[in-house]
Amino acid sequence: MTTRLSAQDVTLSYGDRVVSTRLSLDVPDGAFTAVVGPNGCGKSTLLRAFVRLLKPGEGTVSLDSRSVSDLPAKALARELAFLPQDPLAPEGITVRQLVARGRYPHQSLLALWTTADEQAVAEAMVTAEVEDFADRPVAELSGGQRQRVWVAMVLAQDTPYLLLDEPTSFLDITHQYRLLALLSRLRDEGRTVIAVLHDINQACRYADHLVAMKEGRIAAEGTAADVVDAALIKDVFDLPSVIVADPVSGTPMVVPE
Amino acid sequence: MTDTQRHDTQRQETQRSDTRETPESTLLRRTSAVRVPVRGRAWFVERRTITLVVGCVVAMLALGFVGLSYGTSWATPGEVFGALTGLEPSVVIAEWRAPRVVAGMLFGAALGVAGAIFQNLTRNPMGSPDIIGLDAGAYTGALLVMTVFAGASTTVAFGAVAGGLVTAALVYSLSRSNGLSGMRLVVIGIAVNAMVTALNNWLVLRAELEVAMAAVGWNSGSLNGIDWEDLLVPFTVIALLLAVIGLRASALQQSALGDSIAVSTGVPLERQRLLMVLVGVGCTATVTAVAGPVMFVALAAPQIGRRLAKAPGVPLLPAALTGAVLLQLADLIAQMLLAPVSLPVGVVTTAIGGGYLIWLLAQEVRRR
Repeated sequence: MTTRLSAQDVTLSYGDRVVSTRLSLDVPDGAFTAVVGPNGCGKSTLLRAFVRLLKPGEGTVSLDSRSVSDLPAKALARELAFLPQDPLAPEGITVRQLVARGRYPHQSLLALWTTADEQAVAEAMVTAEVEDFADRPVAELSGGQRQRVWVAMVLAQDTPYLLLDEPTSFLDITHQYRLLALLSRLRDEGRTVIAVLHDINQACRYADHLVAMKEGRIAAEGTAADVVDAALIKDVFDLPSVIVADPVSGTPMVVPE
Repeated sequence: MTDTQRHDTQRQETQRSDTRETPESTLLRRTSAVRVPVRGRAWFVERRTITLVVGCVVAMLALGFVGLSYGTSWATPGEVFGALTGLEPSVVIAEWRAPRVVAGMLFGAALGVAGAIFQNLTRNPMGSPDIIGLDAGAYTGALLVMTVFAGASTTVAFGAVAGGLVTAALVYSLSRSNGLSGMRLVVIGIAVNAMVTALNNWLVLRAELEVAMAAVGWNSGSLNGIDWEDLLVPFTVIALLLAVIGLRASALQQSALGDSIAVSTGVPLERQRLLMVLVGVGCTATVTAVAGPVMFVALAAPQIGRRLAKAPGVPLLPAALTGAVLLQLADLIAQMLLAPVSLPVGVVTTAIGGGYLIWLLAQEVRRR
């Protein structure tokens, strides 16, 4: 397993509130990593530290053994794309215009468009299945469609890494699975995916590498088959459960008692 | 056929007509942007933006022409052209009316851009420098220099910039508590604006009679009696500031996607914000130093421009163009309304803008 992106002994805090102390995580290249854990356990905070939205008080987040804080902003943005939980769509923006914003780190001062830019936008819209409403205002779309538009924007950024903070939260069950399948497909094409997921069973089914967090530290990491058992679920989520094999994928499935 | 069936058939029909329309309308919309090739790359300009630019330029030229012709006596078009080309020199047109016309355009553009910058920063259509007290603060700085230090016009300009920056810092620090909320900043700004305005009145009352007379004429923002000499420095400063923010315009638009996406797509947010505050305050204060606090252009221009351009967010170019046209128009109205007495242009902008602000507040309340 090779690793380009990693956090070493990072202490993460918002002002006086410390979320994580001395947290370390190596993100396996070309794999689908899912981060799970109860609300407020520091999953999103960890993701924010990777994309430099939060500067670690101690320790470093590094890409190719260079600290991410030393990289120019646009250079880092060409490596890591991030979909937060609270993106804002400017009033009156259309789907195409929003997806095009993903090209920002590839553009010069005057925002001139190359054929590569145009192609990336077109491809991202096809991949995220938003091209049917490409010219509609984002504000008119349903929650699920809007989430796919944001995914398309992140895809247009065309980065080796995709970091997504609860990307499935506003989607109905069909679109949840379609998005997860899309992320797996992107992983198959060679991208590294790191997603915070709410649903432990979805995480078990799709993740190559599962990271379970509790109170700001990593409780267990590895393949779902290796790490998920009743003891871990009791420890992390404080939920008594029975673990069975998922009848479709054979991966562990948590059934609460 | 039952009701449900009929309903279903209707729905199918609408769906079918939808699909039939799609290719055509997509094609139409795709052509809404014009592709300008630049050395193997391209620059996309929305058709609406081009229309707006042309429209505003025509409006500016027309209003400018009226501005050059209008005075105690109307000049004929021949006289205006004669004065412009220098074939038929006219002091009244070239030295009295022309600077006022040009000032209206450039100051209007500067105020429009300052408004767009702060509305982007606060992510709120009410977060413009005139509402959150920056005009009043710049005016305080100018008043202090005039009354206490008896400074010349350049020092007054510095006083205005300093006053604007101090007020901006004050509003920012008062409204910052665990993150920045645009609405809180606006509400605190309105309060700061009221306090600073009171301070300004007190300064004028305490001042020497001569200074007070000058200051009061200036109190509501006026282009009366402006000549070329007053304009050289402000023009240079505003041109520079607009060039700087023009180069950072795409970063400004990117920031509208929220702090997280702005940072993760490569906008150096802290630096960008500082630059925006400096340019925004710089534009507002420079205009205030020469013309006094001209209210409501910065508030209204970006929003009108945005609607006219049908552009996403609050873009700078439409704001600048709309601001230029608005201030020119307001200044003409100010000159004509009670002719031969020329009103301060700020009276007109306040009268128009006040109504707009009420409407905006009502919208904001409804949205919550």
